[in-house]
Amino acid sequence: METLTFLQTSWFALIGALLAGYALLDGFDLGAGSLLPFLAADDEEKLVVFNSIWPFWDGNEVWLVTGGAALFAAFPHAYATVFSGFYLAFMLVLFALIFRAVSMEFWYYDEKRRGLWSAAFVAGSLLPSLLYGVALGNVMVGIPLAESMEFTGNFFTLLRPYPLAIGLLGLFAILLQGVTYIAMKTDGAVQNRARSIFGRVWGLFIAAMALSFAATIVYMPESLSNPLVWISAAVSIAAWLLCRLFASGGKTGLSFAMSSLALLGLWGIVGATQFPNLVRATGNASLNITLYNASSSEKTLWVMLYIALIGMPIVIFYTFYVYRIFRGKVMITK
Amino acid sequence: MDVVLLSRIQFAVAAGFHFIFPPLTLGITLVILVIETLFLKSGEEIYKTISAFLIKILGLIFALGVATGIVLEFSFGTNWAQYSRLVGDIFGAPLAAEGILAFFLESVFLGVLLFGRNRVSRRMYWVSAFLVFLGSHLSGFWIIIANSWMQTPAGFAIEGGRAVLTDFNAAVFNPSTVIRFLHTMLAGWITGTLFLAGIAAWYLLNKRHEAMPKIIMKISLIIFIFSALAQFASGHSSSVQVAKTQPEKMAAFEALWKTTEGAPLSLFGIPVESERKTYLEVSIPKLLSLLVHFDPNAKIMGLDEFGPDERPPVLLPFMSYHVMIALGSLFALLAVLSAFMLIRQTAYASKWFLVSMIAAIPLPHLANEFGWISAEVGRQPWAVYRVLKTADAVSVVVPAWQVLFSLIMFSMIYLLLFTVFVAILLKIVKKGPGATAGGY
Repeated sequence: METLTFLQTSWFALIGALLAGYALLDGFDLGAGSLLPFLAADDEEKLVVFNSIWPFWDGNEVWLVTGGAALFAAFPHAYATVFSGFYLAFMLVLFALIFRAVSMEFWYYDEKRRGLWSAAFVAGSLLPSLLYGVALGNVMVGIPLAESMEFTGNFFTLLRPYPLAIGLLGLFAILLQGVTYIAMKTDGAVQNRARSIFGRVWGLFIAAMALSFAATIVYMPESLSNPLVWISAAVSIAAWLLCRLFASGGKTGLSFAMSSLALLGLWGIVGATQFPNLVRATGNASLNITLYNASSSEKTLWVMLYIALIGMPIVIFYTFYVYRIFRGKVMITK
Repeated sequence: MDVVLLSRIQFAVAAGFHFIFPPLTLGITLVILVIETLFLKSGEEIYKTISAFLIKILGLIFALGVATGIVLEFSFGTNWAQYSRLVGDIFGAPLAAEGILAFFLESVFLGVLLFGRNRVSRRMYWVSAFLVFLGSHLSGFWIIIANSWMQTPAGFAIEGGRAVLTDFNAAVFNPSTVIRFLHTMLAGWITGTLFLAGIAAWYLLNKRHEAMPKIIMKISLIIFIFSALAQFASGHSSSVQVAKTQPEKMAAFEALWKTTEGAPLSLFGIPVESERKTYLEVSIPKLLSLLVHFDPNAKIMGLDEFGPDERPPVLLPFMSYHVMIALGSLFALLAVLSAFMLIRQTAYASKWFLVSMIAAIPLPHLANEFGWISAEVGRQPWAVYRVLKTADAVSVVVPAWQVLFSLIMFSMIYLLLFTVFVAILLKIVKKGPGATAGGY
């Protein structure tokens, strides 16, 4: 393999890993936030949910920041096309993320408007959870692209059946992360609520997966000839089954781990389907934005690879350490 | 309306609002580190109480910084897609490095600071305070690298219309990186310490928490005195660097219409671009030449050296640069005054001094914003100096009405956020140190 190809492939994998890290980690706090109305009945219970994610959400969101910046640095054309092409959709995501970032603090201190801020937190969690999948579905199934790599569709191009199906699948995978996380981190009333809605979220996940499978047969059947897609799907479904098994056995930690593995399996499907494409072009595969035609120079990819290979193991080490500091059930000390 | 102008306004709103928070973080994490060090050494409860109070404020500020920072990171893709395509090879790397080497560090250990006091050893808690301090400053370092590369690009070659990295070290340590980093960090320390000194002054005026505000005041003022005086030197070096590497920007700062030997330093004036003339000008003869070249008769390039499409606007950079310097000079005076008050031990009791400290809280923010406006508008018409024009950097597929829509939304959301932020801040301050923290 040529050096440049090796670097481009490494960065495809690394960005995949960064965004997978984001999906797993921010997934649980986005999921918990989206399900807040079902998990908490009053302010005290909301505080339990908030406390379970409070020490972590900042760090979790950095996976998105870093993944986005790595995409910018390694594949600037893909970054430019997707973010300018999906302008309005990403603006909605940004508005949502702004509110999500501030609304826990605002809720805590602005006692007169707690209803407003918890609603902002729910909307701010729900909207990105859905739209991430829609965006991903679009770059998988293909969007209209010009020779200049520019997007030529409009806002409604994004809302086609396949991306919407992937959007739902992403949403329910994130909800499953949230509900299993809350079951693991809390006890008492909040944990009971998490347990009682677990079954429905779990069922919706597989329903969305079946829907996505159907959409794949219709809109991109060629991806079904890839064995890696099937292996990843099998991992995801096996993990999904075990997730329920562990949940009903009261093994909440393992149940959360299996939800995470199910999400990773989905991510494997995405990676296997996409490689070596970053953004497919509808109708004309020669216009696809790939890891070969969208990448930065060899030098940049090398420098970045050094930074990532030295930096990320350290990040993972201290992230793991800090999660250990806060292991166990949430306690309220208010 | 023109999509370039709208995107510029949107970036200005997003960056200008974001820039309220990180400078505060820089100064406050430094004060927290000092107080945690005192606590580690002495074990006195009072330091723990003060630190817990400051960390609560930091948590709020940090949440707003994160919320508004994510917008900026993605706006290069959403609004400046051509920019991303043409210089992403170089510009993306410092942003990614910022995430990996800095932002993770501050965010992850902020969780420990906010919620981990009873879960880690005293030493580990200090380490967390140090890492949050380090992470926020490293974060500033990488962001300044990215912005400095736009001011004084280096370490690249143009291949097929794109800027391609040839020398990473040269790009990172481009001619303006180090001096702009020092300038911005000192600005952050001034901002954070005057903010905390102002809060402490309010307690002292209202005779609340006797001992605690004195400690906050003393530590903040000592850092402030050092920073404000050092900022005088760093500001000078920064201006010299601009004069040498971006002469048209310095010409705009000084409204120097014609190349002059023995150029004067302008203190006041109203530059009128259409007439190429400055009204009501007050200036000190030959001082600009002296400051830049250590030679009162040295030649300084004027705006007439540059074509009409390569000249920055004059009025806005001129005014913001002068306001920034006026404020910087005021801080230096305030620093001398504070030192005097600390030595005479009247800093905690003098009513007029305490009132001035409260009044000073917003001033560093004004200096920061004006400094940033002069740096960015002074670089126009370039997005990357003499490499890529701002007009050629904008996204080509985003229609103006969509940018107008998002601009209106951002403006409204940020107005709301700012209002609630100030209200909550006042609430936390009124409650004061010692109120129990939530969580874990």
